[in-house]
Amino acid sequence: MPTVDLASSPLRELNSVLHQLTPSTNETHWTVTNPRGQHNIAVGLDFPAEIEIDGHVGYYCAGMNKQARVTVRGNAGQGVAENMMSGCVHVTGDASQAAGASGNGGLLVIDGNASARCGISMKGIDIVVKGSVGHLSAFMAQAGKLVVLGDAGEALGDSIYEAQLFVRGAVASLGADCIEKPLKDEHKIELKKLLDDAGVDGISPDEFKRYGSARKLYHFHIDNVGSY
Amino acid sequence: MSAQDRWIHTPPRKSATFDDAAIAEIRRAAATGIYDIRGAGAKRKLPHFDDLLFLGASISRYPLEGYREKCATDVVIGARFAKKPIHLKIPITIAGMSFGALSGPAKEALGRGASAVGTSTTTGDGGMTPEERGHSDLLVYQVLPSRYGMNPDDLRKADAIEVVVGQGAKPGGGGMLLGQKITERVAGMRRLPVGIDQRSACRHPDWTGPDDLEIKIQELREITDWNTPIYVKVGASRPYYDIALAVKSGADAIVLDGMQGGTAATQDVFIENVGLPTMCAIPPAVKALQDLGMHRKVQLIVSGGIRNGADVAKCLALGADAVAIGTAALIALGDNDPALEAEYQKLGTTAGAYDDWHEGRDPAGITTQDPVLAARLDPVVAGRKLANYLSVMTLEAQAIARACGKSHVHNLEPEDLVALTMESAAMARVPLAGTNWIPGSNI
Repeated sequence: MPTVDLASSPLRELNSVLHQLTPSTNETHWTVTNPRGQHNIAVGLDFPAEIEIDGHVGYYCAGMNKQARVTVRGNAGQGVAENMMSGCVHVTGDASQAAGASGNGGLLVIDGNASARCGISMKGIDIVVKGSVGHLSAFMAQAGKLVVLGDAGEALGDSIYEAQLFVRGAVASLGADCIEKPLKDEHKIELKKLLDDAGVDGISPDEFKRYGSARKLYHFHIDNVGSY
Repeated sequence: MSAQDRWIHTPPRKSATFDDAAIAEIRRAAATGIYDIRGAGAKRKLPHFDDLLFLGASISRYPLEGYREKCATDVVIGARFAKKPIHLKIPITIAGMSFGALSGPAKEALGRGASAVGTSTTTGDGGMTPEERGHSDLLVYQVLPSRYGMNPDDLRKADAIEVVVGQGAKPGGGGMLLGQKITERVAGMRRLPVGIDQRSACRHPDWTGPDDLEIKIQELREITDWNTPIYVKVGASRPYYDIALAVKSGADAIVLDGMQGGTAATQDVFIENVGLPTMCAIPPAVKALQDLGMHRKVQLIVSGGIRNGADVAKCLALGADAVAIGTAALIALGDNDPALEAEYQKLGTTAGAYDDWHEGRDPAGITTQDPVLAARLDPVVAGRKLANYLSVMTLEAQAIARACGKSHVHNLEPEDLVALTMESAAMARVPLAGTNWIPGSNI
């Protein structure tokens, strides 16, 4: 199992070697030590490798990830797993703003809290936050699912499209065109699978409320101008 | 009317403030309750390159022979950090215009035309289509606030990446595509429901300032293994500071888009009232690069209302490295063609004034997703027209450069220019014609 120590190896070397992984390699499990909050660790991966990062990371860790499973054993800075396409990113600590921003696919799991704009502009990514999320989370969210075991800040799901939001705790306020919707059996099944995938035990889907788009603002109409 | 009445009533006179256009817009607003959305960029008269003239050579300067002595036009963009900078044969590129706003054949035609003369095209909101990549020898991939169609595979296929922060027609604003243009394919690329009105974001979702942008650019470099040039595009509003911060953020090149730049759709009031005319945005941008010791190291690409080789030459003389064209390229493809006048009349407009590009009913088949209308545009023929137009612009710029004694169009300089009006002299920072006076200058 290769180990890259970022205290002695430059970030460029790490990303370069990860970009060069090919299907014939046996080196599919990597450990990164001493990240020390560096930005852009393990970005642009396109290989089903397992990357374990021991420590806190800076901005955009695992950005645009495809296929890889990246675990951050610590906190993550802004934009973790931004624009992820597939694979999985797991943060064992807290995440800063814009976690999973504009993600197209894959699963982002945050064991702690996420800050503002978690899942902003999400386009198919699934995000499970075991703590709480900050304001304007899922702003303009288009597709995918955001699951929050704790509370959500103000203006949740503002200007939301077809993403689905599941919140177990309190919601400070809903944003424009975001409403509570019935939690049906098919949603509970989807939610249960996501909780299982995120390693969440002992919490029932029945404990969540579901939110989504009222679809009243999909076509501009002057009578809705007060909603903006 | 009696003779007495004629002395009582003054002749009818329309207000210069409430002119026909202002009155018509008040009536339209009162009837609909919604501001006007349209494309095609600013239409009112603004300070422009027409207010500048070149000083050809006589005795104090030595001209080059027009048809015999070489005047080079090539430009390298993105050599600051990228391992694979772009080499353009001409200093004119095609600005970002999205598949979605434009039809597939229109995007293909842009690629064909640009490739024929050795220059680049640019994607736009909505992402990269296989047709576009296939027909563009050099393709710039835009990373936009909306991140529609954003894909690391496409990122790695690009010859350059352009981080779009602002657009000249709407600095600080997002875009709007009406639902009739959100077809199944466009919706699929953007991950939106079919047929809804699409709102493009005005700001990036995961960074909020220049320090963040610097890290974002480094992320893009890491993902592309530092091979690909990174441009930053800004709408002209505070050019000195925006260009300085783009340099600080690590841009290889900067696109400065002036107020006369086009848009697929935004509010008319925004198009006509926000931003700076292109001409007056260039000098502060160049000054910022010079103050940082980065002029000609971080290339400056200027766009917004560029129409001919004289405009190109004037941009280069003021310090740009290249220009980009959008609206002019669409016109070259056949947009607003008088041959379609009867159809424009049916849409309540006339050739040369058609600007409802967001509605998807373009008779020319360019700004539409209607398959029947789109099929009207022959991408081979339209691509050839664009190539012709780009060649003419280049020849024109070369002709002017030779007359000024330059063996490369980049050797044009502010000293080659004078201004016809005090306003243009002050804004372009070149002398008023016949004087050595630059208003506001201490020299």
